[in-house]
Amino acid sequence: MDIVVPIKFVPDLVEELEIDEGTGQLDRTFLRLVPNELDDHALEEALLLKEKHGGTITVVAIDSGDVDETLFTAVAKGADKVIKITGEGYEEGLSSHACVELLAKALGDLSYDVILTGTQAVDDVDGSVGGLLAAKLDLPYVGYVTKAVSEGGKLVVTKEYPGGLLAEVETDLPAVVGIQAAEQAPRYVVTSLVMDAMNNATIDETEGGEATATGAAEITAMRAPEKGEAAEMIAGDAGAVAEKLVQIMKEKGILS
Amino acid sequence: MIQLESADRFLAQMSDSVADGERIRRCLQCGSCSGVCPFGFAMEYPPQAMIASLRAGELSPLLDSDSVWLCISCYACTNVCPSKIPLTVGLLSGVKTEKLMKGSVPEELQAALTSARRYGNTLGESPRKRADWMKDLNVEVPLLAKEKKPVDVLWYVGDYPSYHPRVQQVTRAMAKVFHALGVSFGILGPEEQSDGDVFHLAGERGLFELLAGKNAKTFQKYEFKEIVTTDPHAYNTLKHEYPKLGYSFPVRHYTQYLHDHLDKLKSLMTHPIEAQVTYHDPCALGRANDNHIYDEPREILQAIPGVELVEMGHNRTTSICCGGGGGGMWLDGFAWEKAGARTSEWRVLEAVHAGAKVLAVACPYETPRFDDAVKSTNHSGDLVVKDIAELLSEAITG
Repeated sequence: MDIVVPIKFVPDLVEELEIDEGTGQLDRTFLRLVPNELDDHALEEALLLKEKHGGTITVVAIDSGDVDETLFTAVAKGADKVIKITGEGYEEGLSSHACVELLAKALGDLSYDVILTGTQAVDDVDGSVGGLLAAKLDLPYVGYVTKAVSEGGKLVVTKEYPGGLLAEVETDLPAVVGIQAAEQAPRYVVTSLVMDAMNNATIDETEGGEATATGAAEITAMRAPEKGEAAEMIAGDAGAVAEKLVQIMKEKGILS
Repeated sequence: MIQLESADRFLAQMSDSVADGERIRRCLQCGSCSGVCPFGFAMEYPPQAMIASLRAGELSPLLDSDSVWLCISCYACTNVCPSKIPLTVGLLSGVKTEKLMKGSVPEELQAALTSARRYGNTLGESPRKRADWMKDLNVEVPLLAKEKKPVDVLWYVGDYPSYHPRVQQVTRAMAKVFHALGVSFGILGPEEQSDGDVFHLAGERGLFELLAGKNAKTFQKYEFKEIVTTDPHAYNTLKHEYPKLGYSFPVRHYTQYLHDHLDKLKSLMTHPIEAQVTYHDPCALGRANDNHIYDEPREILQAIPGVELVEMGHNRTTSICCGGGGGGMWLDGFAWEKAGARTSEWRVLEAVHAGAKVLAVACPYETPRFDDAVKSTNHSGDLVVKDIAELLSEAITG
């Protein structure tokens, strides 16, 4: 099975996020960009599929953050081919529509059975790269997937629905699948293997050019979430606190 | 190239790349290592059984078992081995490396490794906040990058002393003691990276080398007479492992440095601490690499007016590890699941049994670990955990 995994870079929440008062946008002066967590899960699911069924993994990333290190780390984990989409201004962040335009162009004539993306990214929580990419490539799309199994030339995926519901969905291939969580936590790869990849692997570069896609929602303003009321602290000894907790849970309908 | 069977390859690798590694072939199978190991009882393959398996040509059973992750790199096995086999740095970290190469590492530890590679600290904090502990401190702590002048002491602070809220209290106390003594010192702040000792012992040699290289490059930028560190792990690795990579810097643990200034310290300590105090020997200052820094911390404690030093049953070379070394700091859940025991709790019970009211420590992993163990053994109110730096600061300023 030949798999493509696109990786997007998002602001690292380890740093304090600040809003630039002049532009009303995220202040990117000290921003650190890291790979989107769910894309890392998509890569993990791809590695598990490759381990089970063989095939190849191609990782594609738009030039921003520590893109080279991320791509070499993917090679160390088991990716066969890594592609960097180069161009100006990508560090400033791209809409899902723009990402999809660049990704579709970079994939070009590449042949693949499935594209695994993260279902969404923490920067805009837009969650539409998978769907938009599928539409652009005229492929089926399933998102919120937590497991994928190859069966008889098709892919059977487990999809999450709100309220704890799960569905098994079978899709023809090629397809685009949005990963919500891999079957296991993304693996750690030792530094020496990453160094080996840096010394021996090659990153293919492809010019992405300016993304002209339209249709994305426009950010007009940003602000920090409003602070809610302070939590109520329940005083008293353990017995009194427990009694009060039970009473509150009954009032909220958590206990009957 | 001849492909050696994996067990033979492991033995050859240990002989070639670890100092005295060839001694593994002289193992007597006496079992002392497995007996003294605090988690030996819970391991499918304690050290002696690992060697037996390797001698039988079998490496894979060791890799199929996850018991090596119970090893907290406390050097207890190395210390008792009659054949002087480098068990901790050779055998156990070697098996951990093999596990890591297979991607077989408990999630808790994986997160710490990922953070250290990305941020240069195991806590997953922003490198820019590394010197934030000095905010609201009433004494000045110079950043070498700003001061641009030579100092006597480059204070290597360490990950936990920089970021962990409990250990930050110790770090602030240390800064006050340096000030009271009039030490010419500076810190690296955001330029400082994790020292890497625990990764070396957890088998992630490449990450250790990466971090050591970054630190060495930073040290070389500044003029200082010696490095003094608040972290025994940093002391151990800067003293014994960095030179093997070509990075040699004079380094002392803070208890060694302060011991040299004991007369001045005595004159400054005007506020008695009337308490029975016991001292926990950190593995990295004691057994590790025969560092044997046993007397200096005790003599400092005895110099504090009012302090009566009492000893726990296990002390000096037989000290019981707090459980934080070699990756153990990030394997608490794993160790509890596998062994149902915490060495930090054993240690706290020993301190209480010795009649101590204060458990004095000198390693940044110990304050939070023993604080927790005091609570989980229901000894809050009976015993308090204090770093020696905190006791000194209290004795100086009251």
